[in-house]
Amino acid sequence: MAKEKRKTPKLDELEKGKWPSFVKEIKTAAEKNPMAEDLLGQLERSYEEKIGHWKHGGIVGVLGYGGGVIGRYSDLPEEFPNVSHFHTLRINHPAGWFYTSDVLRKLCDIWEKHGSGLTNMHGSTGDIIFLGTRTEELEPVFKELTDIGFDLGGSGSDVRTPSCCCGKARCEWACYDTMALTYFLTMHYQDELHRPAFPYKWKFKMAGCPNDCVASIARSDMSIIGTWRDEIQMDKEAVAEYAKSGLNIQRDVVGNCPAKCMDWDGKEIKIDNKACVKCMHCINTMPKALSPGKDRGACILIGSKAPIVEGALLSSVLIPFIKLEPPYTELIDLVDRIHEVWAENGKNRERVGEFIQRVGMGNFLEAIEVEPIPQMIAHPRENPYVFYEEYYEEDGEDSDGQEEEK
Amino acid sequence: MAEQVKVEEVADAMYKMVKDSMGQKKWKATDLTKAVLELFGDRCDKALAKSAIRELIESGKCVYTYFGGSFIEIPHKEGAEN
Ligand code: HEM
Ligand code: HEM
Ligand code: SF4
Ligand code: SF4
Repeated sequence: MAKEKRKTPKLDELEKGKWPSFVKEIKTAAEKNPMAEDLLGQLERSYEEKIGHWKHGGIVGVLGYGGGVIGRYSDLPEEFPNVSHFHTLRINHPAGWFYTSDVLRKLCDIWEKHGSGLTNMHGSTGDIIFLGTRTEELEPVFKELTDIGFDLGGSGSDVRTPSCCCGKARCEWACYDTMALTYFLTMHYQDELHRPAFPYKWKFKMAGCPNDCVASIARSDMSIIGTWRDEIQMDKEAVAEYAKSGLNIQRDVVGNCPAKCMDWDGKEIKIDNKACVKCMHCINTMPKALSPGKDRGACILIGSKAPIVEGALLSSVLIPFIKLEPPYTELIDLVDRIHEVWAENGKNRERVGEFIQRVGMGNFLEAIEVEPIPQMIAHPRENPYVFYEEYYEEDGEDSDGQEEEK
Repeated sequence: MAEQVKVEEVADAMYKMVKDSMGQKKWKATDLTKAVLELFGDRCDKALAKSAIRELIESGKCVYTYFGGSFIEIPHKEGAEN
């Protein structure tokens, strides 16, 4: 049958404009690949009818793994037989997303051979995404991927593929080696990554400084964000240069410091470092003159998530400062205690942030054996009916009148 | 402490639980772990339960599935696949 060119007037609209177009890319792939061709057809149909035509699958995967494959089927298999199966693979990306062009070609070759040829570099999870293949192709793809040193990533109720900013590889503000920690956590938690054993997903994201280029504070159950605890480093000559070149230091640097801890007398900047909240504003504005301090480490925050079962949460401070160097024993101990408590007591599909809201931060901290401290307060107390145990003990009947030892 | 049961025995017990309640209950890894700890008492621990799950999956007797969260089930043809 001579093939007539498929008409896709609605999709064609999305090729207009100066920006890249996924429609254009799918059309290019469709010249060689029948899956991509039928994908255009089903998508155009969805745009006409304003109805999605994908069904979720829940059982497909590779032997031994509980994650990495997301099952999808078309509900119009007769009309679009080449996308009747259209499973997605998540592939564990290298930390910081560094590749050689050679390995990129190999990845694409594998996918042109076994799937739609369409990739998403990278998904919002961080993984390399291979879009669209059939059930019987899963094992062959997996084999070829492992042959070139790649592995599937996480999905479902497991440790998701850890991801990070480029850190020390390209950024002088990195307060710890984000790529090294990402690699370490990926290898250390292989079992938890491939064999889902939690109430729901668990994401680690590593940012080298408070600029948080991986948006870890909004997107990860454990956000590990670089910070420092000494003074902001300053090059006074460079400060003078900025002033000379016309930067309005008073208005645009000092005036915007959220902690109001900076002073500018027209010659020198003074910073009250004890009051600095490490927002990065001054450093971002004067990168040649200011940089994070020398005593560097990270702040560990917990609990963020996007709205799925319940509303969105941002992470809040759990450990204000920790040194992060191999073998990362302190961090691993903490994570394991959290996993244990959450796995044991979390409800199905309850993220750790929601779990903390349900049981209360106080109970959570007690269970993971972390002392409460003022830095953990996310916002001022708003409920006057919350009381503290010590408050009762001092006046209560059981009190022996002695002050608790500090 | 009592002598531990064999990993195969734990895996078999888990398999039976999954099989007997097919279509009625979906088991998560933690549910299976809690169930065998109860069944075998101090002759089983979490690490052993974990090895048993691995055994079940790698032998192909059970598979991980995803329906909102991750579960452990007997392999079957899935409904969504026409
Ligand atoms: C029998 C009915 C009611 C009882 C027993 C009652 C009792 C209370 C109590 C004990 C508080 C203090 C809560 C706290 O400290 O946070 C409160 C707060 C408040 N109630 Fe009611 N209330 C009643 C009805 C209402 C009604 C009908 C309204 C509005 C039309 C209302 C408006 C408020 C407001 C605005 C506050 C917050 C006041 C503040 O803390 O500044 N209440 N109520
Ligand atoms: C419908 C009736 C009542 C309403 C709506 C009401 C509402 C309120 C509200 C809004 C407050 C302020 C709480 C705060 O923000 O701190 C309050 C405080 C208070 N109310 Fe009432 N009230 C009612 C009846 C009573 C009665 C009958 C009594 C005593 C027999 C009483 C005793 C108190 C006391 C002692 C406080 C101060 C509590 C504190 O500061 O901790 N109230 N009430
Ligand atoms: S988060 Fe900080 S360290 Fe990481 S790339 Fe961004 S600015 Fe650099
Ligand atoms: S980092 Fe932020 S809070 Fe700290 S001194 Fe600079 S502007 Fe102020």
